Amino acid sequence: MIYLDNSATTSPYKEVLDSFYKVSQGFFANPSSIHYLGGEVEQLLTKAKEQAASLLNVLPKELIFTSGGTESNNLAIKGIALQHQNRGKHIITTQIEHPSVLEACRSLEQFGFDVTYLSVDIEGKVSPEQVKAAIREDTILISIMHVNNEIGTIQPIEEIAAISQQYPKLFFHVDHVQGLGKVPLHLAHEGIDLCSMSSHKIHGLKGTGLLYIKRGTSLYPLVHGGGQQEEIRPGTENVSGIVAMVKALRLTFDNQKNKIDEISKLSRSIRECLAADSRIYINSPKTGAPHIINISVPGYKPEVVIHALGKKDIFISTKSACSSKHSDESAVLAACGLEQSRTMHGFRISLSFYNTEEEINQFCRTFLEVLDELSDVMGR
Amino acid sequence: MKSIYLDHAATTPMHPEVIQAMIPVMEGTFGNPSSIHHFGRQARKLLDEARHLIANSIHAKEKEIVFTSGGTEADNAALIGIAKKNRHIGRHIITTEAEHHATLRTAEYLEKEGYDVTYLPVNESGRISIVDLQNSLRDDTILVSIMYVNNETGVIQPIEEIGAVLKEHQAYFHTDAVQAFGALPIDVDALGVDLLSASAHKIYGPKGIGFLYIRDNVQIEAIQHGGEQERKRRAGTENTAAVVGFQKAVDLVKKEGQIRNKEYRALKELFIQTLKKRNIDFEINGDEQFTVSSIVNISFPGTNVESLLTNFDLSGIAASSGSACTAGSIDPSHVLSAMYNREDERTKNSIRFSFGIANNEENVKESAEQVAQIVKRLTS
Ligand SMILES: Cc1ncc(COP(=O)(O)O)c(C=O)c1O
Ligand SMILES: Cc1ncc(COP(=O)(O)O)c(C=O)c1O
Repeated sequence: MIYLDNSATTSPYKEVLDSFYKVSQGFFANPSSIHYLGGEVEQLLTKAKEQAASLLNVLPKELIFTSGGTESNNLAIKGIALQHQNRGKHIITTQIEHPSVLEACRSLEQFGFDVTYLSVDIEGKVSPEQVKAAIREDTILISIMHVNNEIGTIQPIEEIAAISQQYPKLFFHVDHVQGLGKVPLHLAHEGIDLCSMSSHKIHGLKGTGLLYIKRGTSLYPLVHGGGQQEEIRPGTENVSGIVAMVKALRLTFDNQKNKIDEISKLSRSIRECLAADSRIYINSPKTGAPHIINISVPGYKPEVVIHALGKKDIFISTKSACSSKHSDESAVLAACGLEQSRTMHGFRISLSFYNTEEEINQFCRTFLEVLDELSDVMGR
Repeated sequence: MKSIYLDHAATTPMHPEVIQAMIPVMEGTFGNPSSIHHFGRQARKLLDEARHLIANSIHAKEKEIVFTSGGTEADNAALIGIAKKNRHIGRHIITTEAEHHATLRTAEYLEKEGYDVTYLPVNESGRISIVDLQNSLRDDTILVSIMYVNNETGVIQPIEEIGAVLKEHQAYFHTDAVQAFGALPIDVDALGVDLLSASAHKIYGPKGIGFLYIRDNVQIEAIQHGGEQERKRRAGTENTAAVVGFQKAVDLVKKEGQIRNKEYRALKELFIQTLKKRNIDFEINGDEQFTVSSIVNISFPGTNVESLLTNFDLSGIAASSGSACTAGSIDPSHVLSAMYNREDERTKNSIRFSFGIANNEENVKESAEQVAQIVKRLTS
């Protein structure tokens, strides 16, 4: 089995499963219970948060655990919008954000918010100048992703943060779900106010995420209840999921330090091999994140290719899993200005620290074979 | 020191079979259910099967079940979802004074948003009066939210009667069944409910997963936007393993539910009888004939919650004062305040004992003896 869909989700580290198992068995009490057993679990939670904070170089009180990247993005965007709407109702984002950002923004339009969706260049990039030019008197939030989930484009987050910093009324949110553990981000940058992360993209478990909220930043909660997590995110904490996420974070940062060059190397191999075939176009910019390679093969139906590869135990995807169901067109590739022959025929190959050179070679070989087989069938 | 856990209403340990069901999913079926390849489809299949079994357990259809991150989110999704979707029809909501904070705080939020909320009183037995409800219904009432079983007293509300009253009214009927699910048989049609919340960690399932039942054709405005998961009613990568764990927990209820209830009822009885034998002055809050088998709430005249809980804890007895979710604080119970009045001593000297898998005759008896000694000491 060759799994190259690590941007959709990753397989959990063995140590993550161990953590989950241990906590589920030994620390089951409700951390809000004031008895000894509850106290033990609360301590465990506090420790987990401290560890996460130290790994991310922020303060423990700046972190909130959520149910995943989608919730983190919704909480950040709607939370800022609702809390600060008296200052203004304008939001800036880009056309290639993840649906959890785009749809959160769209839902706010219903309530009188005005959203600017910045265009991107052919590589999927926004420029700091574009952002600056879009800022208005009534802008309260900029939400821009660090690494794009379909094509791997890295946005100039620190430059945008520096701009945002010049406007004291303006909050800057970064969707760091795909960048975490792959592309460094200076989270404590004064200009970054909020940042979303998700556990299942870094070999943690599904159902847990993080939202960084810079100290002093107030936001309105999405859900209301028993007062947990400073009332910003109430609900009984998913303790084993949280501890597992912090474990995944630590191991991922170790991997990032020691193994990111290997991913870059694999990425280059894929590019070289596929670029040599005249049927294939590479959409991901060379300057993008190393773990995501997006390509187009005009004339080939993505589902058919995916299916054929699946039969050979190789797993890649068309576009982001979350939007795979509908029309075949990739909204991200379309926003990059590519023509339909490419936007309708896109594929994403996404790597983890555990993919090997042999796997990549076999993938490239098999991919080209599959194209040959299919073109025979299609009578080309 | 070994603790005796009498706080199963706060949360339950995961059943070993639940953990055993989850591990292989995390290890082997980690694919993203939205992915179109084999790995995704395998995960999707598990989700579908779980949804089928869970829907069945309350006599609902698969598509009426929306998985959430827990009970708090389910309650919020119901209240906010119905309120926002129906604001053009009316802005009046009815709930009760004795709800969980996940409902109460959400109702308060909706008041700030311009909704009008009626909080029905409960009588000394802990139940609402149907006449009160009938008198509170208005032409612009859009939602009635009344919990099935109270988390502090275990008192069961007359949900079926309420459902019958609401049959002729436009208002949707939501019940917070977090404490009822698994303890009482539930048939959404017989009860006449349109929405129903449940949470896995109260029935030996994992934390961080729950569901909201939404009757076919009832529309809600989602609180979390993004991908198209859960029929666009709850975006975010599905937590497959937790859903499978929830399924196992529900399956176990199906098999063992009746035996459990008998056991827990007997343990509760044993606890009460032991206190009686020791000639302790105490009084049960709420009409016992209307309580679930696992929860008893007891007032100890002449004591106060703080010293009771501190002493219990020192003796290794893990109980709580009502809801764990009031996160650390021991304010007078809002549930008991609703039943009696704010000044009543019982709001400040009552403890909830809740029985379950961690208990047997021996440790229940032992804990009752300890409780008796402590109460004697505190009141002499
Ligand atoms: C860039 C980006 N943001 C947000 C998300 C949503 O995260 P989650 O799947 O944890 O809800 C994803 C992945 O699905 C993503 O790739
Ligand atoms: C009646 C009731 N409703 C809602 C909740 C909240 O559920 P969760 O802890 O899963 O968020 C609880 C438990 O805390 C409860 O007892």
